[in-house]
Amino acid sequence: MTNTATETRSVIVEREIPHPPEKIWRALTQPHLIEEWLMKNDFKPVVGHRFDLRADWGSVDCQVLAVEPNKTLSYTWAAYGLESVVTWTLTPTSTGTHLRMEQSGFRPDQQQAYQGAKYGWQQFFGNLEQVLAQID
Amino acid sequence: MSKAHDVLFTTLADPTRRTIFERLCREGEQTVGALTARAGVSQPAVSKHLGVLKRAGLVRDRHEGRQTHYSAQLGALAPLIDWTSQMAGFWQSRFDHLEDLLKRMDQ
Repeated sequence: MTNTATETRSVIVEREIPHPPEKIWRALTQPHLIEEWLMKNDFKPVVGHRFDLRADWGSVDCQVLAVEPNKTLSYTWAAYGLESVVTWTLTPTSTGTHLRMEQSGFRPDQQQAYQGAKYGWQQFFGNLEQVLAQID
Repeated sequence: MSKAHDVLFTTLADPTRRTIFERLCREGEQTVGALTARAGVSQPAVSKHLGVLKRAGLVRDRHEGRQTHYSAQLGALAPLIDWTSQMAGFWQSRFDHLEDLLKRMDQ
């Protein structure tokens, strides 16, 4: 592991989904549908639009970066002291859609990433206590 | 587990020390006096805890006149936080929910 403060890392999840891109796009962009699989939200598929994803444990601050209907959707994702970008890519296949989600972000030791992330740190300490309890 | 992990876990295993560190994380830089006022232990005890936190790289001190101000060094926690594995699990479960939703949706 290096300690470069600006080192980026990514999480990539990909699946073959037996539904057409147009249908998946609706699930990714319509607030009442987003709520069913992700979180409560005030999303709009408009570049620059700021929105929140809300759950019991807190909220995620987001801003839409790119919208290309049925193909690409990208938004920032700031929560738990993590500044990142989530990008969805939909590629039609013979049986449906290849759906790819990439979340790329900065390590939490970057100064701007943990400013004002008090809730995230509370969560973190809760997790840390569980880890410590297991060690005992 | 690496030595760096050992030091961090050992340092934060003490509840009083963890409370002090957490307060510095949440509220920013503070003096020993301010920390002692709410720590429920004596000032020498707080100073001792701050010394341990400092040796672990978790706090930094800054002298100003006769006062010493302490601040949290969150970067020291970086080895403990692998957000990628947490988020990978999160997104896998969300993909499951998404697929369930797609089955229920009309074309």
